[in-house]
Amino acid sequence: MDMTEFQTRASALTQDLTLGYDQKVRMLAALATEALPYPELSPPCREALDKRVICDMYEGHAPFTPRYVLPDYERALREGIDFLELEPPEDLDDALAFLQIMYAHVPSVTTYPVYLGDLDSLLAPYVDERLSDDELDRKLRRFWIGMDRMVPDAFAHLDLGPDDSRLVRAMLRVERSVRQVVPNITLKVDPDRTPDDLIEDAVRTVFETGKPHFVNHPMMVADHGDGYAAVSCYNSLKIGGGAHTLVRLNLKEAVLRHQGGADAFLSDTLPHYVELTAELAEARIRSLVDHQRFFDSHWLATEGLIDIEKFSAMFGVLGLAECVNLLMVHEGLDRGGQARYGHDAEADALAVRVMERLAALVAARPVPYCQGGGGRAYLHSQGGIDIDDGVTAGTRIPVGDEPALLDHIGTCAPHHRLFTAGVSDIFHVDETAVRNPEAVVDVIRGALAAGMRDFTFNLDDNEFVRITGYLVRKSDLAAIADTGSARHTSDHLAAGSEAAYHLTQRAVKRIGCRELHPK
Amino acid sequence: VSEPGSTTGLIADTLRTSLVDGPGNRFVVFLQGCNFDCVACHNPQTIPGHAPVDGHVPIRRTVDSVVEEIRDVAPFIRGVTVSGGEATQQPAFLRSLFAAIKADHDLQRLSCFVDSNGACDQTTWDRLAPVMDGAMIDLKCLDSEIHQSMTGRPNDQVLVSIEHLHRIGLLHEVRLLLISGVNDAPDLVERTGRWLATVNPSMRLKVIGFRSHGSRPQEPPLVEPSQEELGEAADILRSAAPFEIEIV
Repeated sequence: MDMTEFQTRASALTQDLTLGYDQKVRMLAALATEALPYPELSPPCREALDKRVICDMYEGHAPFTPRYVLPDYERALREGIDFLELEPPEDLDDALAFLQIMYAHVPSVTTYPVYLGDLDSLLAPYVDERLSDDELDRKLRRFWIGMDRMVPDAFAHLDLGPDDSRLVRAMLRVERSVRQVVPNITLKVDPDRTPDDLIEDAVRTVFETGKPHFVNHPMMVADHGDGYAAVSCYNSLKIGGGAHTLVRLNLKEAVLRHQGGADAFLSDTLPHYVELTAELAEARIRSLVDHQRFFDSHWLATEGLIDIEKFSAMFGVLGLAECVNLLMVHEGLDRGGQARYGHDAEADALAVRVMERLAALVAARPVPYCQGGGGRAYLHSQGGIDIDDGVTAGTRIPVGDEPALLDHIGTCAPHHRLFTAGVSDIFHVDETAVRNPEAVVDVIRGALAAGMRDFTFNLDDNEFVRITGYLVRKSDLAAIADTGSARHTSDHLAAGSEAAYHLTQRAVKRIGCRELHPK
Repeated sequence: VSEPGSTTGLIADTLRTSLVDGPGNRFVVFLQGCNFDCVACHNPQTIPGHAPVDGHVPIRRTVDSVVEEIRDVAPFIRGVTVSGGEATQQPAFLRSLFAAIKADHDLQRLSCFVDSNGACDQTTWDRLAPVMDGAMIDLKCLDSEIHQSMTGRPNDQVLVSIEHLHRIGLLHEVRLLLISGVNDAPDLVERTGRWLATVNPSMRLKVIGFRSHGSRPQEPPLVEPSQEELGEAADILRSAAPFEIEIV
């Protein structure tokens, strides 16, 4: 970017009447790093990035924070924080204030914390029977409002479960009562530990606010150990660690550059692009760790609340549906478009082959500073960003082409175990479910038993609209249309997607998510 | 004597998953054939003498084949509901199906429900009782004459079924399908509430508004009750006893 372009873009931001002061500061900072040189890439890697076969999610040219940071809040509460001059809290009020202060200082690519803690277990030591339910709800409600107003970004995510407790019930109750965009929430579900009526309580909460997501706790623990959390949208990472960066490979673009059949794609084209994607990740990680030296300087690292040994990178994929459907055409097996992903056993089997091959390639490619993933990047099914056009997020079935619920699960479930760092398939549930939340509990249990890592559902006709992982309120979107401004940064992202995807005009309410500022 | 698994039933259709046929997510079997001929029936093709719906030809299937279909979706469901047509018109199939589920190690956790018009004798229920977890009974009308005009049959067996199922602990709920101007007169609803209260004052009731979509055209056309009218009916019922009422 030359100085003229820089100035044009900076002026556009400073003079934008729809952005708040804080939003301008953050976007100007992001713009500034785009004026810096990009980490050095090989010519093929650079070309693949320019053509967006591979993508850096527009994280900036000089990454000075990891994309996702998951502080060890439990340790912080236990030991206090020197940097912030915070003593370990002694009661619930102290603990809530402690966390709220800490949130103001936790970095991420969004500039807001993407992980707010496993809040039920974090706060359990400060709640006893002397505190009435009423009092507890009032304190939590105040805290909930604080999160939404002070961390105005729907990628800010807290985790609950897998065990039932007074706190998790109170938090779901408060969540239903405040009906806010923030926090995003995940309920960890362990089929043996999480009782049906807690899942049902969470399902009723989804009916009200579109949250929480449900994750497969045993599968997560097998991949990450006990200390994991779901953060941002569908990113599962180690607590005390995180993800340096997220790079993604567009499988549709890869297959468009491929001549020949599926075998040749798996043996030549796919490894080529996997290597370029890994190179991009590596260059960005070295910039973050060796040149910006985040881990040598940030207080979270120096106070032991994060540990680079628990970090890795996220290797995202998208466009599996188009990739498979195009390969079916190359193979002459597509039966005029009938045999496609989500609708044909052969296409589904090919999808599994592509993903298993890709997983093996990623597992064979060492990436520096990725000890959290055993020296390898984590595979991630990437939920899409608003510039994506004609390509389906992650490993999803294209919007509007999804088969019936159980077939949909049958197509998607085999992929989930591969995505250590998260995967999402969003299911739409008929409004009749409101009268029968137990039925949704049954479907969630079945989905997890079928091997799904994450189960997320939307209820038709809800005020909250899911932009893949994060939520917006329809009324807020309407306000942006009227006035152009919004309090939540993520609302702007959604508005961009809304314009591109005509969200409010379509029956199926899934659109790409974008975790950075709109261009 | 044949094996229970080879018992056959005439089946109109199956649904792998349903949110509206009893508690939780359920597999549903619709049996072909009915002893009623209801004006408001949503599956008229299951009644003998009515035209089949395109592509839905009833087929004779064994218990085993249905059990295998259930096994396929078992992780996703809480139970199985047999509906119709009228489920109790094929009692041997019904009993064998439920028995097969209860005898199967992987399926025995599934609850077995019947969705019935209640027009069968007590013996049918008593034979089903060891393998059935509950029955959902439609009460089309407490007034037998109106019942006759709505269904082609009197309601004496239906009322006895409701009493008997409650007595043996297998009455899951009673459904009241209301059609404007046919069976929703306030005094009739009030009498219905009083009678149901004598059976069980804390009974689960579903008040269902008739919907013309899917049912046969009538002359004059049947009228859908409004949400307010359904709410008023529920209030009248509640004045009789503390029923657990859901309006659909």
